[in-house]
Amino acid sequence: MALLEVDDLHIGLQTQRGPAEAVRGISFSLERGQTLGIVGESGCGKSITVMSLLGLLPASATVTGSIRFDGQELVGLGEQAMCGIRGNRIGMIFQEPMTALNPVHTIAAQVGEPLRLHRGFTRAQARQEALALLERVGIPDARAKLDAYPHQFSGGQRQRIGIAMALACGPDLLIADEPTTALDVTVQKQILELIQGIVAERGMSLILISHDLGVIAHTVSRMLVMYGGSVVESGPTRAVFAQRAHPYTQGLFAARPVLGAPRGGRLATIPGSVPELVDLPPGCPFAGRCPHTIEACRTTRPPPSRLPDDHAVRCIRLEEIAAEAVA
Amino acid sequence: MTAPLLEVTDLVRHYALPRETLFGPVPKVQALNGVSFSVEAGRSLGIVGESGSGKSTIARLVMALDTPTSGSVRLLGRDLHALSRAELRAARRDFQMVFQDPYGSLDPRQTVARIVAEPLEAQAETGRAEQRERTAEALAAVGLRANDMDKYPHEFSGGQRQRIAIARALITRPKLIVADEPVSALDVSVQAQVLNLMQDLQQQFGVSYLLISHDLAVVNHLCDDVAVVWKGRIVEQGAPEQLFREAQHPYTRTLLDAVPRMNPS
Repeated sequence: MALLEVDDLHIGLQTQRGPAEAVRGISFSLERGQTLGIVGESGCGKSITVMSLLGLLPASATVTGSIRFDGQELVGLGEQAMCGIRGNRIGMIFQEPMTALNPVHTIAAQVGEPLRLHRGFTRAQARQEALALLERVGIPDARAKLDAYPHQFSGGQRQRIGIAMALACGPDLLIADEPTTALDVTVQKQILELIQGIVAERGMSLILISHDLGVIAHTVSRMLVMYGGSVVESGPTRAVFAQRAHPYTQGLFAARPVLGAPRGGRLATIPGSVPELVDLPPGCPFAGRCPHTIEACRTTRPPPSRLPDDHAVRCIRLEEIAAEAVA
Repeated sequence: MTAPLLEVTDLVRHYALPRETLFGPVPKVQALNGVSFSVEAGRSLGIVGESGSGKSTIARLVMALDTPTSGSVRLLGRDLHALSRAELRAARRDFQMVFQDPYGSLDPRQTVARIVAEPLEAQAETGRAEQRERTAEALAAVGLRANDMDKYPHEFSGGQRQRIAIARALITRPKLIVADEPVSALDVSVQAQVLNLMQDLQQQFGVSYLLISHDLAVVNHLCDDVAVVWKGRIVEQGAPEQLFREAQHPYTRTLLDAVPRMNPS
C-alpha cells in the first residue's frame, strides 16, 4: 500500500472575488521512500495541495475527494486527530526560515517542542535529542548554541534548524515548500544535499515544491507539473525532462534563461498571463495561452493520456503536437 | 578615446555597527573594499555574488543613494558624489533604477500616470501636456496601454508592475539603468517576458544596464560583461560565455558548480 494516496482532490477557497476552485481534481500517490517534486508558477495550487495534506487550509475552504495517509483518511479528519499527525508523522520545512522559527524561543526549545508534544519527552530528554538533531543537520558546535536564538544564525543555518525541527519525531513524510528559494545558490546546494541525505538514510518519503526546474531535476525521482489547479503532466523526472509532452511544460522549459547560451537570443515566452482562479476556463486551464488550442480544448477537461513509464499528460492534442515537432 | 559612460574607481564603503561595549571601538563592516569597473555607453555589466558580498551596496553608491567612504563614481565624466544637491537632482535624468520588489516599489495610493511621471516632475522642466504624452510613450515602450494610466498598482500582476517600474525608469530617457534583481520576484514565464523587454529596450534606446543579480543565467542573457563580487571585491570579470566556461577564481567555480543542472540524476 502506498504511504500517501491522493484521489480526485478538489479544494474550493473563498476569495475576495468570490468562490474559486484552487485545486481541480488532482490524483497522485507516493510510496514509502519515494521522492516527488511539484513544479508550477504562483497560483497553480501547489502550496494549497500540501497545506491540505497538513490540515492547514483556511476554515472556509471546502475539500472533497480523498487523501489517504498510511491507510487513514485525512479529508474530514478532526483537528485533534490531525494534530497527532502534523509535525509527528508528516514534517514540514517552510520557505522562509526566519518567519518559520519563533524569535523569542531558544533553538533547543523549538527543535525539542514536537518531541515534548507528541512523544511526551521531558525537558531534559527533548534537549538531549535536539542536540543530536542539530548535530545531524550540521550546526557547527551545536552544544554551545542550544540556548541561542534564531536571529543569531545565518539564513542557511536557520533553514538547517527548521529541518531539524521537521525531523524531530522521525516523520514518514517530509514536505518541503520552496526550502531554498530564500537562500544563496551555494547554500542552496548544501541544503538540498542535506535533505536528500536525510531522506535516503531514514527511508522517508519527500514532497518538494519548487518553481526551479534545476532543483527538481537534482532532488526528486518523480514529478508533477501543475497549472491552474490541475496536474497537467506527471511521471518520472527523467521521462518528463526528456519528453516535455504537455505544451505548458514545454513553455516552462523554454522560458528559462540558460547558463552559457549564446548572447542576443530571445527567450520563448508564454503569451498572456496565468488566469485568475476565479475565472478559470471550463476546459483545459492552459487553453487560450497554448499555441495548439482548438475549440474542444476550451469546453472539456482533457483526460489523462498514458505514456510509457507511468508518465501521464492531460492534453487532447498530443499526437498533433508530436507530429508537428517531427515535421 | 571617449570617456566611458560609467567609471567607478576604488570604491570603498564601511558601515559602523552598534557598539559592543560602552567605551570599546566602534566595530565596522567592510561592505566594499576597493571596487573599480567601467561601463561603455550602450553596453551592459552584470554583477553577481551572494548575499552580503556587497553587490547591492554597489547599486546604492552608483545611484548616489549613499555616500562612499572613499573612491568615486563618475557618470558621463562627472563625479556624482561631488555634485551639489541641485546638480545631482538634475543629473539623475541620466541614471534611473529598477528595484527588486514590484509590490514594494510602487506607491499603492498613486495612479500609474503619477508613478511613471514622477522622475519628470522632479526634473520640473516639462509641462502637463508633455508629461502626459511622455508617460503614454513610456508605457507603450513597456507594452502597457495608455488607458492603464489612471489605474492603481493593485490592479496589475507582478510582471505588469515590474513593467510600470521600468516605464518609470525610462521616462527621463536615461543612459544608465541600475536594476537590482529585477526579475527574481517573478515567475519563470513572466521573468522571460520582462527579460525580453529589457533586451528590446537596450536595442531600441541604447540604454546600458548595471544589472545586479544572484542568477548567473539572467546575467548571461542580458549583459556583455560580468563581474563576480566576493567579500566586497571583484574577484573576476569578463564576457559571460568565457567566464562561465573557463572560470579562474575558485569562488566563481564554486558559484558555477552550485547552479543545479537540468539533467535529472
